[in-house]
Amino acid sequence: MFTIRKGIYMKVTKETIEYVANLARLKLTEEEKEKFIRDMENIISYVDKLNELDTSEIAPTDHVIPINNVFRDDEVLDSYPKDKMLMNAPSKENGCFKVPKVVE
Amino acid sequence: MEYEIIIGLEVHVELSTKSKIYCSCTTDFGGEANTHICPICTGMPGVLPVLNKKVVEYAVKAGLAANCSIAEYSKQDRKNYFYPDLPKAYQISQYDLPLCQNGYIDIEVEGGAKRIGITRIHIEEDAGKLMHDENETDTLIDYNRCGVPLIEIVTEPDMRSAQEARAFVESLRNILQYIDISDCKMQEGSLRVDVNLSVRPKGQKEFGTRTEMKNLNSLRSIVRAIESEAKRQIEVIESGGIIVQETRRWDDQKGISYSMRTKEEAHDYRYFPEPDLMPVVVDEKWKEEIKRSLPELPDARRKRYISGYGLPEYDASILTGSKALADFFENAAVKSNNPKAVSNFILGDVSRILNDKGMEAEDIPFPAEYLARLVKLVDMGTISTTIAKKVLEIMFEQEKDPEAIVKEEGLEVVSDEKALIEVVKKVISNNEKSVEDYRKGKDKAFGFLVGQAMKETKGKANPKLLNKLLKEELEKKNL
Repeated sequence: MFTIRKGIYMKVTKETIEYVANLARLKLTEEEKEKFIRDMENIISYVDKLNELDTSEIAPTDHVIPINNVFRDDEVLDSYPKDKMLMNAPSKENGCFKVPKVVE
Repeated sequence: MEYEIIIGLEVHVELSTKSKIYCSCTTDFGGEANTHICPICTGMPGVLPVLNKKVVEYAVKAGLAANCSIAEYSKQDRKNYFYPDLPKAYQISQYDLPLCQNGYIDIEVEGGAKRIGITRIHIEEDAGKLMHDENETDTLIDYNRCGVPLIEIVTEPDMRSAQEARAFVESLRNILQYIDISDCKMQEGSLRVDVNLSVRPKGQKEFGTRTEMKNLNSLRSIVRAIESEAKRQIEVIESGGIIVQETRRWDDQKGISYSMRTKEEAHDYRYFPEPDLMPVVVDEKWKEEIKRSLPELPDARRKRYISGYGLPEYDASILTGSKALADFFENAAVKSNNPKAVSNFILGDVSRILNDKGMEAEDIPFPAEYLARLVKLVDMGTISTTIAKKVLEIMFEQEKDPEAIVKEEGLEVVSDEKALIEVVKKVISNNEKSVEDYRKGKDKAFGFLVGQAMKETKGKANPKLLNKLLKEELEKKNL
């Protein structure tokens, strides 16, 4: 949906906002949509500034901390008590988390 | 018009590590709901996942066994989607830098071997189990499987029939069992297959639009789903329609697939690098270490059975088609001087009994050495082949070695001449008609008399000696 190319300022449309809001499960009013069009355009044009730099010689940053291979050994420890895990669930039944019916 | 079916597979395999991929909860199957979970695998705020080293080792093993190149540098990513099987609202997976890429597996198809390309193998976490109740308005969730390590194996669209797809899954499963990284139990969901399928008129270069079928949990349902979906797509095209790219769910009971989403929802997973997990570097040294730990793979083993044990191609292929069967054969063969006879027993009577009892090779209740000893008893002439079958049946029922069974049941070959002459005399006097026929030159009659004598000794007579004595007695009568 977004492709930010060098030197081209992305035009954010109402459809873009609605699409992103849908992916994030957000319900926006018409006023909010208008506001987010402007906000997002600002954000994108700000980030777009970076495209003015020549980064062809720079490797992509996959992680900001320069550490690799942080592992744990394959050892089993006790899980949490079921009651504790379900304690904050808004809805539960028969030791299970309960949500409104989802059918895929 | 003639159509060509194009199939690519995505295979999810649960790894048999003891603990989960990012936390220390057990991966045991079948525990009480929500008893194998903790704040990490349920994605509570503020927790920090740490990668299980064994998961990397197992995935690299799979990659090496599938002839992949192993990425020196790879990372994990978040795949974002809202579905309650994942409490975090994202799955940690690998996007653009998977652990393994560009491999292949050779499968046996009609007319020889065929190479199926492996696009990639990456690591990710499994999701929880949703239980839908037809009449209820709710869905219940058990998160025990959440965070169980998976590898996803993605193939090239190289398969052209349901049989090829089946052969691929069988080969893959066999390899994964050989390298011992998963139990690959399809019925328990530890090996799951999604089928990507399209059709095109024969001769056309471009692929048609593909559909994806999920929920295939047996080899049989893979074959049936492919055949049904190919037929459906061809019918749509023939009637002037177009194929919609979609995910379909296979209903094995009804034998049909149906579209999983009523309204077209965008698959926009907004992958981004997982900030909580550090990149994985597999250097040459580590890779070599893992490579050295790989056992002999099915293909190499098959070739060795032919050259080393002198088995025919057919025997070697079937035996190595299952690791448990091959292990059993090999353990028996090294203890016996007659590998071909061991193979004959396994492919014949052992397989038949397993089939009858609905058992797998893993379930054979006696040690392989007993089979070697049974073969030896036959080779030494202590028992006949017919009796050996009987002893084998008993070995499946009782915890006894073959020698003990032979002794207890009194099954040794009778080579006592005196005793056998008595039997022969009895048979001759009881079957005058056949004796008459024999004198008139009917060879068949001789066979019948041998059979009667065998029956009399309950199959235990030394056949060579019995033949000789019977002939002698009949000649005497002739005089």
